[in-house]
Amino acid sequence: MRYGYYPGCSLTNAARPYEISTRAIAGELGLAFDEVEDWNCCGATEYMSLNKTAAYALIGRNLALAAQSGMRELVAPCSACYLNLRKTDHYMKKYKPLGKVTNQALAAGGLHYEPGSLVVRHLLDVIVKDVGYDAISAKVTRPLTGLRVAPYYGCLIVRPDFNGGSSEDTEYPTHLDHLMEALGAEVVDFPLKTHCCGGHMTQISADTAYELIRRLLQNAAEYQADLLVTLCPMCQLNLDAYQSQVNRHFGTDFNLPILYFTQMIGLAMGLEPKELAIGQEIVSAASALRKIGTVEEIEETAQARRKRDDKSLPMPRIREG
Amino acid sequence: MTEKVGVYICHCGTNIAGPVDVAEVARWAKENLKGVALARDYRFMCSSLGQEIIQEDIKNEGLTRVVVAACSPHLHEKTFRSACSKMGLNPYLTQMASIREQVSWVTEDRAAATEKAKMMVAGAVRRVQLQVELQPTEVPVNPNTLVVGGGIAGIQASLELADAGYHVFMVEREPSIGGHMAQFDKTFPTLDCAACILTPKMSDVGLHENIELLSYAEVESVSGYVGSFDVRVRKKARYIIEDACTGCGICIEKCPKKVVDEVFEVGLGYRKAVYRPFPQAVPKFPVIDKETCIYFERGTCKACEKFCPTEAIDFEQTDSYVDLNVGNIIMATGYDLFDCTKIPQYGYGRLANVFTNLEFERLCNAAGPTEGRIVLRDGVTEPKSIGIIHCVGSRDKNYHPYCSAVCCMSALKFGHLAMEKTGAEVYSFYIDMRPLHKNYEEFYDRLLQEGMHFIRGRVAEVTDAARLPGEEGKIIIQAEDTLIGKQRRIPVDMVVLLGALQPRFDAKETGLKFGVSAGLDGWFTERHPKLDPVATMTDGVFIAGTCQGPKDIPDSVTQGAAAAARVQGMIAKGTVLIEPIVASIEEARCSGCRICNNLCPFNAIEYLEDKEVSYINAALCKGCGTCVAACPAQAISGAHFTNDQIFAEMEGLLYDVIGSNGATAKSPQPVLEPA
Amino acid sequence: MTESDFEPKIVGFLCNWCSYRAADLAGTARMKYEPNVRIIRVMCSGRVDPTFVLKALSLGADGVMLAGCHPGECHYIEQNYKTIRRFKMLKHTLRALGIEEERVRLQWASAGEGALLASAINEMVDQVRKLGPLHWSGNWMDDEGAQEAIQALPSEHAEAMEVPA
Repeated sequence: MRYGYYPGCSLTNAARPYEISTRAIAGELGLAFDEVEDWNCCGATEYMSLNKTAAYALIGRNLALAAQSGMRELVAPCSACYLNLRKTDHYMKKYKPLGKVTNQALAAGGLHYEPGSLVVRHLLDVIVKDVGYDAISAKVTRPLTGLRVAPYYGCLIVRPDFNGGSSEDTEYPTHLDHLMEALGAEVVDFPLKTHCCGGHMTQISADTAYELIRRLLQNAAEYQADLLVTLCPMCQLNLDAYQSQVNRHFGTDFNLPILYFTQMIGLAMGLEPKELAIGQEIVSAASALRKIGTVEEIEETAQARRKRDDKSLPMPRIREG
Repeated sequence: MTEKVGVYICHCGTNIAGPVDVAEVARWAKENLKGVALARDYRFMCSSLGQEIIQEDIKNEGLTRVVVAACSPHLHEKTFRSACSKMGLNPYLTQMASIREQVSWVTEDRAAATEKAKMMVAGAVRRVQLQVELQPTEVPVNPNTLVVGGGIAGIQASLELADAGYHVFMVEREPSIGGHMAQFDKTFPTLDCAACILTPKMSDVGLHENIELLSYAEVESVSGYVGSFDVRVRKKARYIIEDACTGCGICIEKCPKKVVDEVFEVGLGYRKAVYRPFPQAVPKFPVIDKETCIYFERGTCKACEKFCPTEAIDFEQTDSYVDLNVGNIIMATGYDLFDCTKIPQYGYGRLANVFTNLEFERLCNAAGPTEGRIVLRDGVTEPKSIGIIHCVGSRDKNYHPYCSAVCCMSALKFGHLAMEKTGAEVYSFYIDMRPLHKNYEEFYDRLLQEGMHFIRGRVAEVTDAARLPGEEGKIIIQAEDTLIGKQRRIPVDMVVLLGALQPRFDAKETGLKFGVSAGLDGWFTERHPKLDPVATMTDGVFIAGTCQGPKDIPDSVTQGAAAAARVQGMIAKGTVLIEPIVASIEEARCSGCRICNNLCPFNAIEYLEDKEVSYINAALCKGCGTCVAACPAQAISGAHFTNDQIFAEMEGLLYDVIGSNGATAKSPQPVLEPA
Repeated sequence: MTESDFEPKIVGFLCNWCSYRAADLAGTARMKYEPNVRIIRVMCSGRVDPTFVLKALSLGADGVMLAGCHPGECHYIEQNYKTIRRFKMLKHTLRALGIEEERVRLQWASAGEGALLASAINEMVDQVRKLGPLHWSGNWMDDEGAQEAIQALPSEHAEAMEVPA
């Protein structure tokens, strides 16, 4: 399956491990990524608030280049890039004047983008929908048994949901959870999985950002997660690089490694940590990963019999579908 | 033979005469329209004087048809029909033209209004001359009644009919009657114990000589028409021989298999594989649940059989069928509760101490899984603080847009019970408080006095992620308090979600069996939302209780009684008139193609194998005309709405295009001679 | 009558339970709308044979409106679904005959939607007015050669049946 590929700035710098691990697993999963020729920055979350026209033109250029080269689907691993590309395509179609102005700007560079010609997707969506849990499970040679993984989606992948970008619930998505389960990990269902990581507040108002980061780490720690799994370079950076600062600020002693979901897939498929750029993170994942060094036999625990004096009430049965 | 049509243009005061030149319309009709013997205009045709004018003309001028151009036929069609029939003119030889609602009230230009009125009159005049005499059919009404559903509405309806001396068959899906009301602890606003006021009625039903209770049974199929419905009921196998069972309950005691009771205890308590839903069940016979019984699973155990003193256990029992014939049917099938797992941010199913309204009722109920103690999921600890969240699944465009009518009062009730039993702080998170009926507002005042806290704001999230001091180990409800304009986080021990009332999961299919349609929300459609809430579009089938829409117990009882009264009226009259506006198939033209067979939702069309033609049962036909339009051979005609009549009306309406002769006068249509 | 003051004549088939009541409601509320739609009451939109539409147009109507209950709310449970099926087929035929889209309209209106029906009528009248008259009010029987064509049929048929061995 071939896709257009838009790495974005962070994947070429601070989030290189995301890029490296994606490339490492792509072949095994039957995915081929064609990087957009001469792509430029997407403007991240700031540019929109400074100059809308310029921002849309900036993003539109990437769409135009991708569409021009004949791609139908454009995949972005970074949530912010994904959102920007999707938003621009959606709004250019919805608001004709915006589409016109943007195309006028693009024309100056000899480009044109017809909104609706590309389908912009997040890397997670491609892996979960197009490859599928079963196919991934089949490739697992080193199940992540015993590893307590807290899936952290961050906010940009679920909200806003332009044009039905994701069929997942915007408050309570589960596709990353299921993916980790397919890898054999023990998924920790922690409630803050779509809560904000602070984003660029680390630069603007550090106190606010630290508090938001602290809440996430606190909650994951309370749920006894061994590590957090992310799909956004911003989230990874905030939770990882600023963990020590948070600890200093609040007097806490969190020690939670933050890895990309592509790195987890790679580990489960038997690749070595080095191939997946594990080891570059600031909070080391080494101790957590020791847990998956060996494969242990899981005992079949029979349905626990209720004790005679157990007064507790049964939990509600979750109905499927 | 030409007809003598009397045309009457009503002024309706100035309602019509203002915008429309009524005298001119009358003059024009007399002068131009074929068949018009006389045309008059008068101030108020519907008055007794107006009607007398028509009657005099029928007598003196020998009118054979009557056209009244006035208001909408929905208002006075019956009036003019009966005025004519009193003078011996068949009521179906009249036609109305709506020149008020459809012309004078909606057209600004006087000239245009007068022209349109002329056209409408022309249409009516042409049509009426092709109308023929029709007689309604009189059918007898079987005095037996079927009541579907044994909740409070069905129980009320049955008792009223039975006390009046008529025989009632009550069919109930669960092993016992009682419905949702049996699950409640107390009822608002009187705080009467639900079981105490319900069980006497339940016993009455069980003992009444005029009520035949078919419990643990479902209706399989319904055919027939008002006055005579044929109903097939499937009695599910209880594996208990009812004649032998004394209701001692030893089988239940001895049964070793305990399972979670998903239905009556709403997943909060346990029952055995052989069980009675609750101690006061009517009838008293238990039921063996095939899905969980060890004998059915593995072929061993049979403890119940061993210990039963009257040999009432029969594992070989099969479902049996009962065929009933009834005159009327009352549907009182009740509601289901919204599945709160659909709103994951409220934590139901994930967080242990989040409960639904029905679950909380079971906690409060003295015969419930905790013997009436309000405790957390561990079954032991009493909560010190409780948050009650309104409108879970209601007033929500993602789930149900409607209001469930009872939750605000339930919140007050729960608050009172919780504070009384545990002394906990109770917080209610509401959008609006809706204490609508008698003594409800006073109940709200009472709770305000008792110290219940009310926060106006839709809850954003129910979470266990502590953030501030004092939140550890608690469930935190986050909502915007819109009255003070601030975000609030309230840590509580227990959360109660007031889930929406929604239609039964199989309401639509059930409704179709009886010829009752469900609206967009899934509740059964009443004949008129304001003036006829218990009748349906299908004569002889009535609805009562929450299956018609969310409501509280007094309203359900009222509707049950209303439906019973309507049925009693039908039975007292003894016969019912079936409108003659029905379709019929001309056998000679029918080729037996059967295209029409599947078009009738009332199953009025059958195929006669021996004659190889289709046949319409006039008693079942409701007169929609869909089959008439579908027949490729035009073998089906719809009485009072024949093709010719409709074409004639069309030609009249287009009088200013085709002139006085009309197309049918010019080109003869080929006519098939009957074989 | 010049083209510029052309007023379309539209025949409307309204079902007794929903759309006819909606028209009544529009009247009770004194909503003013174009007077060009002349209403025929049928018990159900399912009664409307597609040939009624063709008949109306051939008689000289410039447009036809079909109105009924919203799908799922039919008084006779599901008959308006059949209306939808027939209407789709009819549209196909009308297109082949060269009749413009706007001339035949299917409009759902529940008993409480008087305003909706009134605005639908206004919209349709406006559209048909712009299209002009249909120019179909002529009876094909009047066509020269039509009678001859009919007379020639039996002999043509017999000819066609003779298949050379």
